[in-house]
Amino acid sequence: MSNQMVKPARGRRLWYLLLFLCFAATIWPSFYNRTQPELWGFPFFYWYQFLWIPLSGLFTGIVYLVTRTEDS
Amino acid sequence: MVNWPALIVFLALFALVTVLGFVAARWRAGDLNQLHEWGLGGRQFGTLISWFLLGGDLYTAYTFIAVPALVFGTGAMGFFAMPYTIIAYPLIFIFMPRLWRVSRRHNYITPADFVRGRYDSRILALAVALTGILATMPYIALQLVGIQVVIAAMGINGKGIMGDLPLIIAFVILAAYTYTSGLRAPAMISVVKDMLIYITVLAAVIVIPIQLGGYGHIFMAAGDALSLSKPAGSLLLGAKSFPAYSSLAFGSAFALFLYPHVVTGVLSSKSGGVIKRNAALLPAYSFLLGLIALLGYVALAAHVNTNPAYALGFKQYHGQFAVPALFLNQFPAWFAGFAFAAVAIGALVPAAIMSIAAANLFTRNVYREFIRPDCSEHQEASMAKMVSLVVKLGALIFILGLPTQYAINLQLLGGVWILQTFPSVIVGLYTRWFHRTALLAGWAAGMITGSVMFVLADYKVIFPISFGGSPLPVYAAVWALLVNFLAAAILTPICRAARLGAGVDQTCPEDYEEEREPAADHSRSEDRQV
Repeated sequence: MSNQMVKPARGRRLWYLLLFLCFAATIWPSFYNRTQPELWGFPFFYWYQFLWIPLSGLFTGIVYLVTRTEDS
Repeated sequence: MVNWPALIVFLALFALVTVLGFVAARWRAGDLNQLHEWGLGGRQFGTLISWFLLGGDLYTAYTFIAVPALVFGTGAMGFFAMPYTIIAYPLIFIFMPRLWRVSRRHNYITPADFVRGRYDSRILALAVALTGILATMPYIALQLVGIQVVIAAMGINGKGIMGDLPLIIAFVILAAYTYTSGLRAPAMISVVKDMLIYITVLAAVIVIPIQLGGYGHIFMAAGDALSLSKPAGSLLLGAKSFPAYSSLAFGSAFALFLYPHVVTGVLSSKSGGVIKRNAALLPAYSFLLGLIALLGYVALAAHVNTNPAYALGFKQYHGQFAVPALFLNQFPAWFAGFAFAAVAIGALVPAAIMSIAAANLFTRNVYREFIRPDCSEHQEASMAKMVSLVVKLGALIFILGLPTQYAINLQLLGGVWILQTFPSVIVGLYTRWFHRTALLAGWAAGMITGSVMFVLADYKVIFPISFGGSPLPVYAAVWALLVNFLAAAILTPICRAARLGAGVDQTCPEDYEEEREPAADHSRSEDRQV
């Protein structure tokens, strides 16, 4: 009896774009290398990068839930 | 003059953790005379324990000392650690479950085991193993530096052997429980360690800024202090630094999961799902790391570098003394002791895991492969235990005998080296298109390129190359990887045309994919009846 191998359905693979977004948003610093707008005393350069930490965790979590099979 | 309140708290916590290290041997007990039990904890850690273990693995004492030191010294550039960790976890999410699955099915313990099975090449596997060992050893040494710095901060400044004694004692204790308990020891201790670190950092980033007048003020004061240093740092990046920042971030991210200790942490998980869940949950530590990086600015704002009380520490450890000095300056002595214990224990956990990972590599991919192929499981595990001891001892001697800067340089170079295993290990998880001989040549080309660039850049990892216009400062590891891929890609068709043997792939496509049935124990090879 062969084990059936599973790949996530085609449409679900699109969710991986969320992960690419994490990469794209932080990889080129000219995009966020500025002080304004400030948040709670933090220059933009800093709070923007901090923000992407929970966002990347969230997106990874979403991709995980959406592409899950029984291998959990 | 010894800081007694700090030292007493420090020793109490250290003692607690020592007891845990020995007790760990009995936790979820297994036969510790088998390598996968000693070296991978029996491959049974669930989401929560893996979170603590990987957190302890990835966020080391050295990280907590070195990242703020970089921010303290140069400003914005030190924050490359942020995009680095932002990118790293999605990459772990994508790549690591695949490695986990094929490793579980074939009882691979190291990345070199996988390369050996996939490409049927002992020499390529040896190259991967040696790279891993070389990259890990200075990293262990630097953890010991982390312990040295906090010991000095508590006022223990003996000369000669007396000065080295605390570190030696710490080392002996670490060596003893790693020997007896294997990976279970750092797994258990990492729970305590992470709690200490979270408490310390949260206290530091909430209480100290209140003491100093808020973050707006801290950034301003830090900016002022940075502009006065030589060479001047700044709160933002200079436009010329963008390629360096970006390439440091993604070069480090792609290298992170090639480090043996990270692979060890990953392979000790119970399932691919644990790895994926942790990829979503571990960013909590990245947030912590960002806060720790900020401590570099907080230290500047607290003017610890101009305070004569800390002059000795700064003279000896330079920017690495920034965070210890800050804690001494702003925290009551007993809490400084607590914080220092967090750092020191934060050194023990990764030092243990790294030495286990290096031991796994040597035992599987050098000893069992080339020296004693018919060794029993017991002999395998015993060899690993011994090697782990030797590796730690080597790191200790290195730190005590040579200037710290050597260890720092080697660790930087190690980061450049380890990235060169990416084509074999990670690309190999998806395709066998690259020929094994071409991969070996690519690896060699990458290693040489990266090392030469490092030396030419005066022992720095950023190497500027100009393509007509102004020079592009890029992380040497990335340049080297480009050379690596190029060489492998060009040589692959040539190797095929020359009919060089490509070996037999031990793995099948199904080995990398998820199964419909819940993941049971497939560590023995299954019959695949069609």
